[in-house]
Amino acid sequence: MPQEAGKQYKQMLENYLHSQGEEDLYLGQQFSRTFIEKNIAPEDVISIHKTAIEELIQDLPSDVNASFDFLIEMMIHYGLALREHQSLIRKQEAIQTEMDIAVRVQNTLLQTTTPVVNGLDIGWISKPSKQMNGDYVYFLNETKDEVCLAVADIIGKGMSAAMHMSMVKFGMDSLRYEQRSPSEVLSFINKMVEKSIADSMFISMFYGKYDAENSIFRHSSAGHEPALFYRASEDAFSLLESKGLLLGVHDEAKYEEKTVRLEEGDFVAIMTDGVTETRTEQGFIEMDVIEKLLCKARSESAQEMVDYLFSELSKMQNYELHDDFTLVILKKTK
Amino acid sequence: MEHRSSIEINTEWDIVAARQLGRNEAKSTGFGTVDQARITTAISELARNIYLYAGKGRIEIQPIQVGQKTGLLIIASDEGPGISDLQKVMQDGYTTSGGLGAGMPGVKRLMDDFNVETEVGVGTTITATKWLH
Repeated sequence: MPQEAGKQYKQMLENYLHSQGEEDLYLGQQFSRTFIEKNIAPEDVISIHKTAIEELIQDLPSDVNASFDFLIEMMIHYGLALREHQSLIRKQEAIQTEMDIAVRVQNTLLQTTTPVVNGLDIGWISKPSKQMNGDYVYFLNETKDEVCLAVADIIGKGMSAAMHMSMVKFGMDSLRYEQRSPSEVLSFINKMVEKSIADSMFISMFYGKYDAENSIFRHSSAGHEPALFYRASEDAFSLLESKGLLLGVHDEAKYEEKTVRLEEGDFVAIMTDGVTETRTEQGFIEMDVIEKLLCKARSESAQEMVDYLFSELSKMQNYELHDDFTLVILKKTK
Repeated sequence: MEHRSSIEINTEWDIVAARQLGRNEAKSTGFGTVDQARITTAISELARNIYLYAGKGRIEIQPIQVGQKTGLLIIASDEGPGISDLQKVMQDGYTTSGGLGAGMPGVKRLMDDFNVETEVGVGTTITATKWLH
């Protein structure tokens, strides 16, 4: 056990008692690492000191001697607390590793590729505020002239939100080749969510389907943030709103469906509340701040517009995301 | 069969008596100062758990010899409420009495062998052994 360390300690202590100099104190401090490396508990350190001092000083008063026993008793709890602390740190590291794996699995399960569609430029971003993203963007490209997209936000964050999102994704996949309209998709997902998700968990979702041949965008919303629509010919924004309850509230909920025809230069911005509820020191930002920024970047590509808005809004809140941030821009070209 | 001494735990003062008995036995078994203090602290925690959660019980202390090994066996038994979630109680960081580093994981660390038998509504028996090295 600590006999070798004890011998060295005694020697160092003896040197110090002679010199009482800083150099020996420094060597002592360096030597304390050895104790830690060899896993020598605090109470053993006191015991080593006691043994050394007994050997170095012949007529040590018995009271002083006994005081070390008292200190040993005291230090046992310190030693236990230290070991508990180390064990908790190891446990935390294990949890962190699990978490990292879960994030990777989530990213693999939920990955989506940006589709290529005639006459439509698509850009998007989805940044989690914590490790796991409670927002979700998913593109389903059924044919060359048609693309569907879903933007969803789980009310609730973290691990459980991410797990529920996988279910929503596979629900959408199961409808992939069935040519359903946005309102039908939402009704289907709603029933599924209502049946399988805890009562306290709700999901908002925007679902859109773009028909490239006729430049028609059909959209439905389940309690989601309204999308912003920019009409280039009028240089004006309007909201794409449609009625519908959050997913998971009522299994018979109906979802309104609306359409808009896109012309060259028009764009639709679909977002989650992480965008609209950007918090600055003055409070939440107004929608017109977002409109102004988008307007400023409107001649850029859809992806550049998205990146620009993200960087401006995160600058406004000191690069601290309070909520998951998701934005998709669909821009009509040619 | 070697001698076995025991202390009934009914009041907080009995914890001190159990500690004293433990320290004496540890000393006569041949343990050094630090191990004496470890064994005493373990007994103290076990006795305190009996006092706090079962109300009364008993601490027994017995020197043992297994082959070449000499050690001290501690048995803490009570007929208290039992432990419903043993796994939780044995976890680091779990505490009901605000003890930093103490509790069951602490006792386990202080001793070499550690075993719990418990049944809800019947009681708990904890055996722990420290071996002379």
